[in-house]
Amino acid sequence: MKVIVDLNKCNDHGQCVYSAPDVFALNDRGELSFRDEARDLYVSGELDESLRDVLEEAADICPMQAIEIEG
Amino acid sequence: MAGVVVVGASLGGLRAADALARSGYGGGITLVGDEPHPPYNRPPLSKEALVDEQEFEAIRLRSSSKGGAVNLVTGLHAVSADLSRGLVFFSNGSEMAFEGLVAATGLRPRALPIPKPGAGVLVLRTYADLLRLRGELAGVRDVAIIGAGFIGCALAASLTQLGYSVSVIAPEDVPMLRPLGEELGGALLRHHSAQGIKFGLSRLPVTIEGDARPERVVCNDGSSFDAQLVIEAVGSATNTEWLEGNGLELSDGILCDERLSFGGQGRFLAVGDVARFPNLAFDAVPRRVEHWGIAVDTGRYAGKALGRLLTSGEAEPAFKPMPAFWSDQFELRIQSFGMPGLVTDPAAIRVLEGDLDGEVVVGYYREDTLVGVVLVGFVQSHLKYRAAVAESLAAAGTSS
Ligand SMILES: Cc1cc2nc3c(=O)[nH]c(=O)nc-3n(C[C@H](O)[C@H](O)[C@H](O)COP(=O)(O)OP(=O)(O)OC[C@H]3O[C@@H](n4cnc5c(N)ncnc54)[C@H](O)[C@@H]3O)c2cc1C
Ligand code: SF4
Repeated sequence: MKVIVDLNKCNDHGQCVYSAPDVFALNDRGELSFRDEARDLYVSGELDESLRDVLEEAADICPMQAIEIEG
Repeated sequence: MAGVVVVGASLGGLRAADALARSGYGGGITLVGDEPHPPYNRPPLSKEALVDEQEFEAIRLRSSSKGGAVNLVTGLHAVSADLSRGLVFFSNGSEMAFEGLVAATGLRPRALPIPKPGAGVLVLRTYADLLRLRGELAGVRDVAIIGAGFIGCALAASLTQLGYSVSVIAPEDVPMLRPLGEELGGALLRHHSAQGIKFGLSRLPVTIEGDARPERVVCNDGSSFDAQLVIEAVGSATNTEWLEGNGLELSDGILCDERLSFGGQGRFLAVGDVARFPNLAFDAVPRRVEHWGIAVDTGRYAGKALGRLLTSGEAEPAFKPMPAFWSDQFELRIQSFGMPGLVTDPAAIRVLEGDLDGEVVVGYYREDTLVGVVLVGFVQSHLKYRAAVAESLAAAGTSS
């Protein structure tokens, strides 16, 4: 399972951080920290199945609907 | 076999249907809505979808259930329901049987009962409304928005950014008074005025003048505002008519208990803007909460609770969410956590960080409990302040 974030859609709301703090974080400028690693599309490495519930919650609560779960 | 029917196919209904499907419930889930579109996201209607002319696909809501788990029916309006027989009836004469029901029918905007021309006066709630608005903006220079709540202000900011000359007319003396209070509302009034919005506050519109289309909005203090287009953002009515005749309390949405169920039955739940429920993290008073995030939270809770009840007969613990709200207006991000609107006494509203005319964090207190915070900017601090509200509420809960 991977999580994919469309960084052009993402508006740095940080709602995902409450749902899945082990995956999402904000950097010290208040932006989604994946912006430090990718420009348009962030694709995670393979994530543990035990995270599925919290990732679904993060994807549901993202105001910009920028999070997809693959696999 | 009768499954679950979710009436209202928008944010709350979709999240409920998805969560029910994920719970492993196998009785069949039908999500029915009266709009012609599949579920989509409303906040962009006043922002990105208006400013960037986004197409429908860009605002469509993602679904987390596997293909086929939820049967989506669009363009079908529920006219009534018989809860004791487990039936809901539709405008095309059809009916559906259910063992569990989720009511997710949301709100519709109100229109003011004042004289107005037949065209050029709009509301904004649906994608169809957005298409009308885009069409009607052609050739317009001045737009008047009636209502200074969050939707009215977000829309005023977007239209100003698009180059229109925008007036906001409302009876309150500052914008967003009810949710934010006098001081922060006042600061946003100064900010938005400096950005070019004309505010006509502390007055009521009495007529929208113009023959076929609007020319100006005339107010009860004699003032008037030029406008070739008028948008009414004056509040809403709850869509509950279809539930009448079942002995329910429907005076302001659907009255629910702390598990979001209504009619004294755990199998009937309401979610989103239409649900009036007590949040025991704050108190026992049932309230409706018109936040995007609450539609998600109530939907997810209801789907899970219903799945659990129908498969094992067990009840979920009470629903005690932390309400979260955001609104982007010009370059400002306004965020709230908890229920700042509970506090009206100006002495109980305090600046916690920053200053009112720049980035600011405002705390809203009931007794010594921090029941809400509003952040303008300070985007890197919201985790901290959300946690502060949660801790304060938890401490108050254990001491009382
Ligand atoms: C322009 C705009 C901007 C917004 N901006 C923000 C924001 O910035 N931040 C924020 O937190 N919130 C915002 N909101 C509020 C947020 O969008 C709502 O809280 C959310 O849409 C509520 O979802 P819901 O599913 O409860 O209801 P709704 O979205 O109202 O959906 C109810 C659905 O049920 C359908 N329906 C009604 N009656 C029937 C019937 N009898 N039979 C079948 N179907 C029926 C309706 O047609 C509709 O599709 C905004 C809302 C609007 C309109
Ligand atoms: S919730 Fe969505 S918009 Fe907000 S930071 Fe996370 S991915 Fe970005």
